[in-house]
Amino acid sequence: MFWKHTQFDLRRTPLWCALLLLFVAAPVRGDQQETLTQVLSKTVKLYGAGGLANLASYGTGILISPDGHILTVWNHLLDTDSVVAVLDNGRRLPATFIAGAGEAGLAVLKIEVRNAPHFDLNQLAQRGPGTPVLGFSNMFNVAAGDEPVSVIHGVIAMVGPLPARRGRFDMTYKGDVIVVDAVMNNPGAAGGALTTASGELLGIIGKEIRDSRSNLWINYAIPLYDFRETIGQLVRGEVVTGDRVELPPVIRPVDTMPMGFRLVPDVVARTPAYIDVVQPGSPAAESGLLQDDLIVLANDDLVQSCREFYERLHQLQKGDVLRVTVRRGRELINAELIVPELN
Amino acid sequence: MHDYSNRYLTVAVAAIFSALLFTGGANRLAAQIELPPEVIAAEQQRIEVIDRISPTVVAIFPPDGQGGGSGVLISPDGLTLTNFHVVDGAGPFLKCGLNDGKIYDAVLMGIDPTGDVAMIQLLGRDDFPFARLGNSDTVKVGDWALAMGNPFLLAEDFQPTLTFGMVSGVQRYQYPAGTFLEYTDCIQVDTSINPGNSGGPLFNEQGEVVGINGRISVEKRGRVNAGAGYAISINQIKNFRDHLQSGRVVDHATLGATVRSDEFSTVIVDTILETSSAYFCGLRRGDEIISFGGRPIGSVNQLKNVLGIYPKGWKIPLVYRRDGERFEIFPRLEALHSTGELLEFAGEPPMPANPEEEPKEEMPIPLPLPHGKKPIVIPEEHKHLYTGRLGFVNYHFNQTRQDKLLNGLKSLGDFGGPDRKWTFTGQIAGGAEFKLVLAEFACLLELPREQRAFLMDLGRPETFVAGLNSEGMLMALYEWQQFMTKGKDAFTEMYYVGSEPLDGVGQRVDVLFTLDSEREIRWYFDQGAGQLVGWDLRLRPDMPECGIRIPTWKPDQPHSTPVQFSVVVDGKPATVFEVNSMETGDVTKPAP
Repeated sequence: MFWKHTQFDLRRTPLWCALLLLFVAAPVRGDQQETLTQVLSKTVKLYGAGGLANLASYGTGILISPDGHILTVWNHLLDTDSVVAVLDNGRRLPATFIAGAGEAGLAVLKIEVRNAPHFDLNQLAQRGPGTPVLGFSNMFNVAAGDEPVSVIHGVIAMVGPLPARRGRFDMTYKGDVIVVDAVMNNPGAAGGALTTASGELLGIIGKEIRDSRSNLWINYAIPLYDFRETIGQLVRGEVVTGDRVELPPVIRPVDTMPMGFRLVPDVVARTPAYIDVVQPGSPAAESGLLQDDLIVLANDDLVQSCREFYERLHQLQKGDVLRVTVRRGRELINAELIVPELN
Repeated sequence: MHDYSNRYLTVAVAAIFSALLFTGGANRLAAQIELPPEVIAAEQQRIEVIDRISPTVVAIFPPDGQGGGSGVLISPDGLTLTNFHVVDGAGPFLKCGLNDGKIYDAVLMGIDPTGDVAMIQLLGRDDFPFARLGNSDTVKVGDWALAMGNPFLLAEDFQPTLTFGMVSGVQRYQYPAGTFLEYTDCIQVDTSINPGNSGGPLFNEQGEVVGINGRISVEKRGRVNAGAGYAISINQIKNFRDHLQSGRVVDHATLGATVRSDEFSTVIVDTILETSSAYFCGLRRGDEIISFGGRPIGSVNQLKNVLGIYPKGWKIPLVYRRDGERFEIFPRLEALHSTGELLEFAGEPPMPANPEEEPKEEMPIPLPLPHGKKPIVIPEEHKHLYTGRLGFVNYHFNQTRQDKLLNGLKSLGDFGGPDRKWTFTGQIAGGAEFKLVLAEFACLLELPREQRAFLMDLGRPETFVAGLNSEGMLMALYEWQQFMTKGKDAFTEMYYVGSEPLDGVGQRVDVLFTLDSEREIRWYFDQGAGQLVGWDLRLRPDMPECGIRIPTWKPDQPHSTPVQFSVVVDGKPATVFEVNSMETGDVTKPAP
């Protein structure tokens, strides 16, 4: 088969890939404009939880039914009851969480609309390396007004499994991914559409991940063809079980009293990490921590809230060193603690 | 199933071979493969376009050689667009490289810190290759876009780097970075734009400039392209084109009103300044804004987007609805920043060299600057192209434009010196006869048939508003007489502003600003003939403007005469005065 043969050559010859990029220019005209308009009308901007440190409070989703079912990736954005979907014409609608799970960490939301333009899941496409593709996403929340999302172009570089990690955790999804040559997986892009140049849906743009071996950020999408069944289940609101379900990390407060101190109650999204109580004679007291100290660094990572402090603590094990820097008045003070068994 | 990829790959492979063909590498191979003629044609066209536009791309360096950016030539005499942030802090003179491998001196003409645009002029030739400006309103998502410039300052021979990509979004609004640098209505591209591309052109496929690249979104990957670059739309820059040649720090605008939107995408006036032009035109709190600058408005962002493309002082059509009725007005836009804020960008004017020091004539004059700033380097052969003055980045270019307009004024003939008395007779449209006398100390308008008269006495400020509707008409005419007889000396301050469409809809006119006591006047000159076509007086900051328009002059000796003039005030119909005769003579001041 001709294309398979070419695929081999393209992989070995990056220069050819570059040329390919230049020359796919010709097809994008006239009806391509129509294609873009159609895909843009099936792509929605999502706004939800986040806004902390590197977690964006904006994302992307794609409409997959005329009744307003939205497919997206299951990430921190959905960690709230008030997710808002913004259509390409600027219409803002509350989105309800229907179901989430599946190997790929997909989620389905729903907005109240009728006859919505949508991707037909029975017409998902599969393509190999060398295929020109388009990415549609709310990257960087550039399209902040009543406007459609951003479109970028690229070429499929590889389709295959990818050992990757998210932060310090390995990505649980072990299936094939579509790797593209364009910088696609930016903040807010996850949940966007990867289509062919004529607008056929290939995959959903994934969360920001790094290759486990090279440590490079990966530009990829999860091919949806094999997930038609799962998505169908999610749309019906069925519980999808599986060992490899990737759940969004939920940060719960940690009882720090074994170390001899407690933070103020974590009441709002960004409660500052003030020390509420220091137990006399405890390790915390001995290391010099005082009531009303504000924790600003934990093991040299910036801590902007109680939740971020607990998140850091979650990553430590018994016996690890916890270095905290606190602000007291106009002074910065360092203290070191050995992490005991924590709940 | 694989038909689709096959088609693309065939095109791709054909294209690769055609590329080899054009680089002269593989004629033998090409002879064996049938190339679709459209592929060859498209490729040939692209090569021709790039050949044509490459000489217009400028590599810009500050005189100390630290850093650099890009620009694009837009006229044979060397006018070049770039980013404000490329020239910021570099001083009035820069070094520029073109793809002929040569280095040219360039001088700063004007800056727009809000829009992040600057105009410089390359020196030494009057036949610079220049790029055509396109129409950025026609740019669409999915169009191909070429960026050229000097990313990472790679081009030591000044051959521009070319990157190729797609328009990802249009009419994007980018929030201000800091207090200034607001990108409104910009073009978003996935064309790779990197540090050093700043100020360089974004071309469409025809090789027309559709934008000036200036911003990228960066994130975890560091300060390099991450798939989103932003170009300032060229149509915005066209609005500022003359402003940017005025040697000034150009300002953007506000409406003088704040708006909010409700869930039905209606944009409602929330608050409005009672001294704003929009207020005088009739806009009030609670009115619904339907369109602005000809664009429908459905959100606060859209209004900001449209507002951002206009210079301060332009009159922009605004349609609003109140109680089901639609109104169209042309409010003059207010300044976005205070004079003080803009002053920061003008930099301190260089102080004259210490006369006691021995001048070294063959050396560029190092000028002392405030503590912590680098000295300005002025090339000896170009020093006449720079004049430092408080509030200006280069007063020289403002002076040049003022002189041009004042010369145009002289073409109207000799109106004599000071202490003149001008007497006009004629009819107000509708038939009432009028007699108008303008003199150094007082002005009088008489309507004999109606037995009415209006007197403006220079000694009595309460009479300054005198006119048919207390609009300040007589003062406006008085200032005109002052201008015609005394020229620049009639005013405490004068500078060239730029250009604007007369009354928001008419031809583009050059604008000269003058200040006399607290009376601000904007004088309008036809851009072709240089003729005075009207002016607007703002008697006090809390009063609406009173405008005079002179559509046609009758050539005569010793001076031309207005065939008619009309008096225009915001929110009211114009009053037309048909002139039958104009006499000028000396007048003696009455003894005090």
